[in-house]
Amino acid sequence: MQWETVIGLEIHTQLASKSKIFSGASIAYGAEPNSQACIVDLGFPGVLPVLNEAAVDMALMFGLAVDAQIGSRSVFARKNYFYPDLPKGYQISQFELPIVGRGSLTIDLEDGQQKEIGITRAHLEEDAGKSLHEDFHGMSGIDLNRAGTPLLEIVSEPDMRSIKEAVAYARKIHQLVVYLGICDGNMQEGSFRVDANLSMRPKGQQEFGTRTELKNINSFRFLERAMNFERERQIDLLESGKAVVQETRLYDADRDETRSMRSKEEANDYRYFPDPDLLPVEITEQRLAQAKGRMPELPDQKKARFEADYQLSDTDATLLTQSRPQADYYEQVVATGADPKIAANWVTVELAGALNKAGLELSDSPVSAEQLGGLLKRIADNTISGKLAKQVFEAIWQGEGDADTVIEAKGLKQITDSGQIESIIDEIIAANPKQVEQFQAGKDKLLGFFVGQVMKQTQGKANPGQVNQILLKKLKS
Amino acid sequence: MHKKTIVELAAGLKAGEFSSVELTGHFLERIERLDGNINAFITITAEQALAEAAAADEKLKAGEAGPLTGIPIVQKDIFCTQGVKTSCGSRMLDNFISPYDATVVTKLKQAGVVTLGKANMDEFAMGSSNETSFYGNVHNPWDSERVPGGSSGGSAAAVAARMAAAATGTDTGGSIRQPAALCGITGLKPTYGRISRFGMIAFASSLDQAGPMTASAEDAALMLQAMAGFDPRDSTSADHPVPDYSATLNDSLAGLKIGLPKEYFEEGLDGGVRSSIEAALEVYKGLGAEVVEISLPNSAMAVPTYYVVAPAECSSNLSRFDGARFGYRCEDPKDLEDLYKRSRGEGFGAEVKRRIMIGTYALSAGYYDAYYLKAQKTRQLISDDFKQAFEQVDVIMGPATPAPAFKLGEKTDDPVTMYLNDIYTIAANLAGLPGLSMPVQPVNGLPVGLQLVGNYFAEAKLLNVAHKFQQETGWHRLIPEGLD
Repeated sequence: MQWETVIGLEIHTQLASKSKIFSGASIAYGAEPNSQACIVDLGFPGVLPVLNEAAVDMALMFGLAVDAQIGSRSVFARKNYFYPDLPKGYQISQFELPIVGRGSLTIDLEDGQQKEIGITRAHLEEDAGKSLHEDFHGMSGIDLNRAGTPLLEIVSEPDMRSIKEAVAYARKIHQLVVYLGICDGNMQEGSFRVDANLSMRPKGQQEFGTRTELKNINSFRFLERAMNFERERQIDLLESGKAVVQETRLYDADRDETRSMRSKEEANDYRYFPDPDLLPVEITEQRLAQAKGRMPELPDQKKARFEADYQLSDTDATLLTQSRPQADYYEQVVATGADPKIAANWVTVELAGALNKAGLELSDSPVSAEQLGGLLKRIADNTISGKLAKQVFEAIWQGEGDADTVIEAKGLKQITDSGQIESIIDEIIAANPKQVEQFQAGKDKLLGFFVGQVMKQTQGKANPGQVNQILLKKLKS
Repeated sequence: MHKKTIVELAAGLKAGEFSSVELTGHFLERIERLDGNINAFITITAEQALAEAAAADEKLKAGEAGPLTGIPIVQKDIFCTQGVKTSCGSRMLDNFISPYDATVVTKLKQAGVVTLGKANMDEFAMGSSNETSFYGNVHNPWDSERVPGGSSGGSAAAVAARMAAAATGTDTGGSIRQPAALCGITGLKPTYGRISRFGMIAFASSLDQAGPMTASAEDAALMLQAMAGFDPRDSTSADHPVPDYSATLNDSLAGLKIGLPKEYFEEGLDGGVRSSIEAALEVYKGLGAEVVEISLPNSAMAVPTYYVVAPAECSSNLSRFDGARFGYRCEDPKDLEDLYKRSRGEGFGAEVKRRIMIGTYALSAGYYDAYYLKAQKTRQLISDDFKQAFEQVDVIMGPATPAPAFKLGEKTDDPVTMYLNDIYTIAANLAGLPGLSMPVQPVNGLPVGLQLVGNYFAEAKLLNVAHKFQQETGWHRLIPEGLD
């Protein structure tokens, strides 16, 4: 039997606000346990939530970016359940009337095709705290620093038909929220968490199969692996005539498997109802316009512009616009007057390679966009050869100053005086009569030998084009 | 001194007839002597009160005193008070010392009041007789065998017995007005949102509203002045200007249109109460007011609507009392579920548990539409009734309760009969309107309350209408025998 995979994703993005969604406490990561939990976060008797408007504006930006329906009224609701890391005994979330309604996102498929993935909704909610089960000798520790952190939960339609599509969609959402500046995208710290709903059906069948929900996935690699495992598990069940049970399953990265967490029957009745402590959020045209005004250029728009303005290939434009800092860096290099295509090559190959090797983020690059621009200028005006440019780049990276300083200090200036090159070539021809004879007898490969000799003599500083030209002229005469 | 109103006490303090320390000492002495039989206080903060009084005396001397400086009051134990036990009348919070002050507490402190202690109340404000308190019954100062009403029963009894010059209360379905009526004092539930709910332990968030409980309408105006105002920490508090409530107290009532809802005078109303209300209306007619009959056709739905909305909200609001972070925790829980079940099972009393169960049921999947959603719709209909009524009249009047104070234990076995005690007061909460109860002619020595309901933010009008009556009559001046 041929099986078709059906996937929908729920993505929790932690919003990059300064304070919590309903209190003034900080949301900075990594603080001492319970040092960033105020009486509101702790759910003390008598406290009340006050909505952080910055979180609303961030959600609106996301809604606009995915071309979603945004209603004029949005309501917060209580999701009631008991758990020690949920101090109030309910989570403030949204149920009916989420802030962002139906929208869509276009993803690029491997075969070069595009596909539109439906976004069902995106709603604001507060995060719960963390339960720590280690180091407490049979007890659990509760850290409520995370309690009340603003989340935007982005729910997709079950529109993805392969694991690759699902990963591409998750990556695209990740790229988008980071671009928008509404999420730091740090998956390690839990700023971007993906739950996958996956089911299988015989190819051609209309109705969906029974799905399972995979939780606890904190990298794209794990997302792919968890879904692969789950896909195989479900196919095995179905092919041996067993049924898939609707349940929530936890992904265990160490064992690379998913295991049952709770079944549908054990699911809570959350008793959602509108939170009477919070007024409905009114979204005016003016507020939407303001959110729109604050939005940066989005990845797809930027990519199209790069292709048009800089005549870049699809690959280069895609690579460069993958992250906003990289695209910004690139444009700063081009702004120094560098050739857009050469600049693209240097940013995506040399710089990216060096950063990758050093394990650095672009924001920590030792070579600034201005410095790289200065280097490219000296290649363009023939001050240095492309080959020596790498040496100069290395020196800039090491903090030896900008391109001109390095070229000066190391004496790397290219020799472009044809008289000087000619006299060097004359010396080399005179010193190697045997090779000259062989070349003239038709052994063309020996040209490389002569070029090498010239470069050796000039420590690589001779202009390669001129060297070739003069060599050929002299050897063939 | 204790017979004086706030206005008279403030004048005495300013004139140097007595100091706030003397006044506070006097009230503390009365509490010491009388409260053993009344049980209006859960906590008495004598030392703190005397320190606050001394500070107030400094202000009085420096000429920086306001109208409430040095006036001894009692806070209902639902308001969080920093460093002082805040029990909400429950075993669940018997060990809870609040780390912060409620906005109401902060504002009254800023106004210079002296806090004598924390008043007894029905557990988590759920009750109409103060019999659900973990700290025992409060006895009505007019008849110790009778209830003071609830949930602000301790507040009402403390003021009626003149153990405090004034008190704060909260009103979710009548919890200020009903005990004010049964204890013969003036109680005002302002418009929803007029006073911040921050630091007031939530019962039903969309209905809860704090307010003053005093000996006179004039005093209520002073207390409300200090308590009212927008609070950025409460999203539901109203960003609406606060008028000078004392400035309009003496406005003429000539031409005032009083509406009498015919539904409030049907069967179930005690004959004595009816006569007292009618007598009060005659006073108003004498002041130039016009009385017209109106109809609030959806009145009968108020109690059932309330008993869906309020329990639903309370079932969620009280989830935070789980034994994990503060409050009561059962002995030796064997696991998490045991911790929850026993802490809540042992920490809450029967009425609270009953309402949590009703509310949980009403919000459950499959029942939500039939109960909670339906109740929201009937709530709207009730609000619409009032909206129409206020197109015809300036103020609505009627009895605050169906009968005077009933006997302790009389209704504890029958929750529905108990709930019906709030039949006239609940609608104002559902609509979010301000309501006031004040004493009119007693029946068989027991106080009777007249209820006034006004339009949104018409507190000044209600206080004016009440004050003019109190200028004409002396019912609010009555003090229970043996307590004067």
